[in-house]
Amino acid sequence: MSDHGLTTIRSCQAIPRARLPQCSVGDFRTRVVDAIAGGQRLVALFADATASADTVEIYAVLAESSRSLLHVAKTRLAADSFPSLTPDCPQAHLFEREMAEQYGVCPEGHPWFKPVRYHASYRPGHDAWGRQPGETPVIGVTDYYRVEGEEVHEVAVGPVHAGVIEPGHFRFQCHGEEVFHLEISLGYQHRGAERTLVGGPNKRTIHTMETVAGDTSIGHATAYCQTLEALAGCQVPIRAEVLRGVALELERLANHTGDLGALAGDVGYLPTASYCGRLRGEFLNLTALLCGSRFGRGMVRPGAVGFDLDEFRKKQFLERLEAAFRDVSGAVNLLWNAASVQARFEGTGAVDRDACLKLGMVGPAARACGVECDVRYDFPSGIYRFAQVPLCTWQTGDVFARAYVRWLEIGRSVAFIREQLAALPGGPVRAEMVPLKADHLVVSLVEGWRGEICHVALTDADGRFSRYKIIDPSFHNWFGLAMALRDQQISDFPLCNKSFNQSYCGHDL
Amino acid sequence: MLQVSLARLKQGHRTIAYPGQEPILPDRFRGLPAVDASKCPDGCEACAAACPTSAITVAPPRVRIDLGRCLFCSDCVAACPEGAIRYTQDFQLATRSREDLVLQDAVLKRAHALDAKSRRLFGRSLKLRQVSAGGCNACEADLNVLSTVVFDLGRFGIQFVASPRHADGIVVTGPVSENMRSALLDTYAAIPAPKLVIAVGACAISGGPYVDNPEVHNGCGGLLPVDLYIPGCPPHPLTILDGLLRLLGRLGE
Repeated sequence: MSDHGLTTIRSCQAIPRARLPQCSVGDFRTRVVDAIAGGQRLVALFADATASADTVEIYAVLAESSRSLLHVAKTRLAADSFPSLTPDCPQAHLFEREMAEQYGVCPEGHPWFKPVRYHASYRPGHDAWGRQPGETPVIGVTDYYRVEGEEVHEVAVGPVHAGVIEPGHFRFQCHGEEVFHLEISLGYQHRGAERTLVGGPNKRTIHTMETVAGDTSIGHATAYCQTLEALAGCQVPIRAEVLRGVALELERLANHTGDLGALAGDVGYLPTASYCGRLRGEFLNLTALLCGSRFGRGMVRPGAVGFDLDEFRKKQFLERLEAAFRDVSGAVNLLWNAASVQARFEGTGAVDRDACLKLGMVGPAARACGVECDVRYDFPSGIYRFAQVPLCTWQTGDVFARAYVRWLEIGRSVAFIREQLAALPGGPVRAEMVPLKADHLVVSLVEGWRGEICHVALTDADGRFSRYKIIDPSFHNWFGLAMALRDQQISDFPLCNKSFNQSYCGHDL
Repeated sequence: MLQVSLARLKQGHRTIAYPGQEPILPDRFRGLPAVDASKCPDGCEACAAACPTSAITVAPPRVRIDLGRCLFCSDCVAACPEGAIRYTQDFQLATRSREDLVLQDAVLKRAHALDAKSRRLFGRSLKLRQVSAGGCNACEADLNVLSTVVFDLGRFGIQFVASPRHADGIVVTGPVSENMRSALLDTYAAIPAPKLVIAVGACAISGGPYVDNPEVHNGCGGLLPVDLYIPGCPPHPLTILDGLLRLLGRLGE
């Protein structure tokens, strides 16, 4: 279906690339800006230069949640610059910086034009910042936003942080204890994950997917397998779909439980911190019961799941799930009854609904602002086409809301797993994969525990990936953390950061 | 208060008995691989061809597996027509040298303890600074979990600390992205000597799934003098704990 230069598809539906009409750069901009003004959300915006190094094409994928439709627009740049979308649609800001860095195309009029991952342009000789060939960018060296004034001071943190966590650089502009602005500068984890996928799939691809963000192995592996299955026209057996859903919800349970424990730890409430630290491991161990790996490595495979669930294992699994859920309930409910915890959670790090929508935030962080978005509900794929998971939202947008939405989702995930395993369909867990369709495009969406995971694959004439785009939910949400810190005490940063718990490597790729 | 106390009672005592007792691992856990090369058909290299990180070399009559590259996935097991490769439940995988990770004839030369002088220094109190240099947050998560009540790393006198100045060693995860190289070296330089280097996970040892990407350094071995290698993708927390205790000579006390 093509309408005014936009091609309409569904998640996990492969279409021939020839069916994507080419807009002029001006029309492309108008269509994307109008769609977003009309309530759609920018799921993906990326460049591609595989046709020839001289031509850069830009693709936009827009989500119309109310009708479960995705609209794809495409344009071809005649020069190494184009009019920036960001002034009219802030959702595009990081996408445009990424395109500029990867392909050396400059978004004219971008208000916050800085590198994202500090690597050289993929098109030698085309550099959006006018750097000479051979002049490699140095990580963290950029023009940071500065607030001037005698009583203003700057605090720089990272890349190496105090805890056992991933690296990133944070700069605070402070007046006393109060944060005027936080600038987040990442890229330290850049491993070339996306670029290495071109020419695939090959024997290493699935392992790259499982480690794009290692705490989201099931989420990213599912998004990847869905793209392959759509491109191969492969029907995944229903039993395998159920087991993927179970694994995805387990991943959510483990991480949400861990996050609630970490939030408790950050406000000095040790009982919940201590119990949830263990209980997170219980959910990881349940994942290992399924597939031998605590992080679900090997569970999701193209057309299949790597491991079946026999009756004896299922019984053991459900017993341990109930025990873990009972203990998590006991541990987490302490939080809501402790005045000292509530005093620190409530009103801290609030993001208002309007800012959330403008930034295009996703996942629990968006649902905590009262925004009703959840891929399982809006763009269901796999087992979620048949089994609905009710949407959990809260209105206040603060640390409390982000914690409470997680708690609500824990209950929903456990109910989902119970329900699915009570009626586990029989049959095989593996379907034969065939070669991928040549010259096709597919967009695959999955609701990972952090929110919307989006994979876009473009195949060439041989059915290999000519471009593969990964968008981890954190890519949409990092700026939300910067907004949450405005006018807060700098000492609340760890708490706010934990309440988002975003991926560094998923962002840096 | 009553509710808090009741919750405490219900949560119970959760610290595992290891190393006093052998731990119970899930039956599908993939530990030390075992190869029965007598089953290998002539000229068959299916396992080597399937391995995503080229960890396997077929050199009849042997099949060599480099645990430093191994992701402990099932690709070789699935590819083998004769069922010659399988994973055992053996989780004790740490070694002191890179060469020892290359498994020949299914014999692993496990990590031996530090010399007497180093054990006197670190044996009862080891403070470690962790640096993720392109890690995917799985190795980091299973290092973090050692500090929970389940593993209770503190009971061995081992602790992760915030400042390199307070540390006796560095634990590296990730393939060492170019963008983290200098921060990793700076952190190492800030640790007072004598100091230990521990590489955790396939990425830190060999680059893991990112080996030979131009954006990474194929692990920390080319940049730092590694004292202990703990393979896995990610290693099980028990594998990490076992490695640390071996290094300190704390096993079999």
